Amino acid sequence: MPETAQEEIVIDLQGLKKSFNGNEVLSNITLQVKKGENLVILGKSGEGKSVTIKCIAGLLQPDAGSCRVFGKEVQQMDPAELKELRKRIGFLFQNAALYDSMTVRENLEFPLKRVAGLHDKGEIEQRSMEVLEAVGLTDAIDKMPSELSGGMRKRMGLARTLIVKPEIMLYDEPTTGLDTITSREISELILDMQRRYKTTSVIITHDIPCARITSDRVVIMHNGEYIASGTCEELENADDEFVRSFFK
Amino acid sequence: MPMPGKYSLQPALITVADQIGFLKQFFSNCFRKGFEWTEFFRQAYNVGYRSTGIIALTGFILGFVLTLQSEPTMKQFGATSMISGMVSISVMREIGPVIVALICAGKISSSIGAELGSMNVTEQIDAMEVSGANPMQYLVVTRILACTIMIPLLTIFADVIALLGGFTATNLGGAMNPWLYFYKATTALEFADVIPSFIKTILFGFTIGFVGCYKGFHSNRGTESVGIAANSAVVTASVWIIIIDAIVVQFTNMFVYA
Repeated sequence: MPETAQEEIVIDLQGLKKSFNGNEVLSNITLQVKKGENLVILGKSGEGKSVTIKCIAGLLQPDAGSCRVFGKEVQQMDPAELKELRKRIGFLFQNAALYDSMTVRENLEFPLKRVAGLHDKGEIEQRSMEVLEAVGLTDAIDKMPSELSGGMRKRMGLARTLIVKPEIMLYDEPTTGLDTITSREISELILDMQRRYKTTSVIITHDIPCARITSDRVVIMHNGEYIASGTCEELENADDEFVRSFFK
Repeated sequence: MPMPGKYSLQPALITVADQIGFLKQFFSNCFRKGFEWTEFFRQAYNVGYRSTGIIALTGFILGFVLTLQSEPTMKQFGATSMISGMVSISVMREIGPVIVALICAGKISSSIGAELGSMNVTEQIDAMEVSGANPMQYLVVTRILACTIMIPLLTIFADVIALLGGFTATNLGGAMNPWLYFYKATTALEFADVIPSFIKTILFGFTIGFVGCYKGFHSNRGTESVGIAANSAVVTASVWIIIIDAIVVQFTNMFVYA
């Protein structure tokens, strides 16, 4: 990573708290993500990993604390500012969240027309083909999402997110429900896309091979807080038994 | 914080406030730049054209049965020549709009509730929102406007078909000139019969679209909630249709027939 990029903080969470029906999910989240960094968040199910990235994307409002993205407080943004922020953020949902009434082509055209504001048919076609080529799905352009396999849906979700060239990518369990080989392919694709599009990535996963392939840094989440941070190798040899248990 | 009691009004008030907020969002997005014309026409086709079969069948049977049922009584008073006018007034003023609206509540409101509920469960609405697109404008505005415009048109269609049904039933027992039948049916009508009824169908259409979208948009995250959203959309829309009908009839009696 270049030296200058290391210094620029694009995501800054300070003392973030969030509860649902009295159940505290995030109790004190403090985290900084540098520009160009690939950060992996590990934790048990229900620990609030997805809640954290939904707060970053402005889909959920934290109860307390600060969530700054590109230096601006997300909770204090008006709808127009939030829309502008979201143009710079890509979010890959756990089940890819493809629009199932649209073909692959229409799924790609949707953000291009509405978010990037493109209306030139040639340019839309070129951008669609470029991103489909990057994820290896050019043959599927006229298929419906229901005709795609689990791995293809994830690739397609990635393509739809990357087509507007976001600066930050948020991945919510990108390899869940996939076989080992496809998981590995998706993990390598994430890394490849990060290098190609120079994005900053936050990846939520339970999948240790995925974490090993994609991460520059890993943080471990437990009881609504981050309890450890480091590279995979550092955490694998940590003193804390709970931290090491993720890598067994 | 004090917990709400067993019969607390709090949840109902929260829902009402939520619905008012949703209504405000709908109106503010109606006039926002970038109206989704293609999606609007697709929805208008789904709501309108794809409902013509069931609406035609229901309308025809409505006129047919109404004629057959009223004929013996009208005969006793020597008023068989007034059957076409009676069928026309009852269908146009009351039965046509209400029956079409109830059918559309079952067919369209449930379908919108299930579709948006399913999109909510599979995070498609979140995906739209997080991508910077506007799900209210794309999903909600287009569907509500399509219902508001197409359901009045479907009602007019049903009314015409009901008169055809009435004509068919009249001709089972004897021969009546079609021109005479439709002349008597239309001359029995006044603007005071048609206009309030047409306004009513616009309100019905809006309600059907609004309830379907609200229920789908606010469904919980789970497969079961898709069914609940669809079912709740039908029940709520049907109840509102009856309530709106009662209110509009009161207003019509007060201001039009007074």
